[in-house]
Amino acid sequence: MPSSHQGGPGEVVGSPTLPLWEVFVRPARGLSHSHVGSVHAPDGPLALHSARDMFTRRSEGVSIWVVRADAVVASRPEDRESLFDPNDDKVFRHVTHYVVPDGVEGL
Amino acid sequence: MKGGRVASAEELTRFLLAIGDDTLVMSERTSELMMRAPTLEEELALANIALDLLGQARSWLSYAGQVEGAGRDEDQLAYLRGESDYRNCHLVELPNGDFAVTVVRLLFVATYLHLLFERLCDSRDETVAAIAAKAVKEQAYHREHAVLWVRILSEGTDVSRAKVAAALAALLPYVGELFEHQEDEAALVAAGVTVERPLLEDPWWALIRPAFAAADVTELTPPWQAGGGRRGHHTEHLAEVLSRMQSVHRAFPGASW
Repeated sequence: MPSSHQGGPGEVVGSPTLPLWEVFVRPARGLSHSHVGSVHAPDGPLALHSARDMFTRRSEGVSIWVVRADAVVASRPEDRESLFDPNDDKVFRHVTHYVVPDGVEGL
Repeated sequence: MKGGRVASAEELTRFLLAIGDDTLVMSERTSELMMRAPTLEEELALANIALDLLGQARSWLSYAGQVEGAGRDEDQLAYLRGESDYRNCHLVELPNGDFAVTVVRLLFVATYLHLLFERLCDSRDETVAAIAAKAVKEQAYHREHAVLWVRILSEGTDVSRAKVAAALAALLPYVGELFEHQEDEAALVAAGVTVERPLLEDPWWALIRPAFAAADVTELTPPWQAGGGRRGHHTEHLAEVLSRMQSVHRAFPGASW
């Protein structure tokens, strides 16, 4: 296979060394792209082709993004507390802390 | 009708069989690759392509049976005709070979059918135009897929480049047949049902040459030229395709599930 890629997360040892691509599909205009899965492909255009075959053959979307998996910077599980602790003791950080005055519209 | 004599039902049937057989045999060859593709993604892509082609073949052959008026349906035309009654070109009946041969052949065939169907969208025969309009989108996708792989293999390693060059050398002799003038299509051309096949040759090369820009090939001229498929003269490979494809229908006539 035409790639010297060393193998990214999720690649099976012994399979052709094709890079892994994460696939994002936008289900309809006005909605955001959501992660739907991943494909192996030698380059972006073929990743898009495979993604189309796998995820949008039945009108599931209006737009596809593919991103090389090794280009994604992800949080680490051990950082969970510092990143995701909701700070429940700091009530002012939560919108429910504030009383909305009467007559405010569109909030 | 633009003048000229009116095309006979027999001529229209033969024309429809030629397209139907091109798509049917190409579908059958492509479906042989199931469980053999290098990756799951490619497996799915090839299966989709084979199924698209099968759907197209059904449309062309159904209409051929209808025009013929002898009571033959798509199944009878596909499963009960012998080798010498098949009108496909040699290119589609050749074995799949290695992956380079597979994708180069797919590029050749998909480009050809895409160009032909684009023109048939304007056919004076409404059914031909309707089938072509549906099939042309699928052919564009098949072509795109083959273009991507040919480029990747051409830009890849020394091994992949050598395989592309070998695939070209093996397949180029079968290109000329695609653009042979078909005497029995002359009345159909005059009636605006189809186009002269030789007119597709220049646009075809204009699309094919850039696809091999990165490949290790200097010469794209075939050293010799195969032919005769449209007249029912085939390579030894068609018999093998048909014997497998027709075996169930011949063992259990009328079987269904």
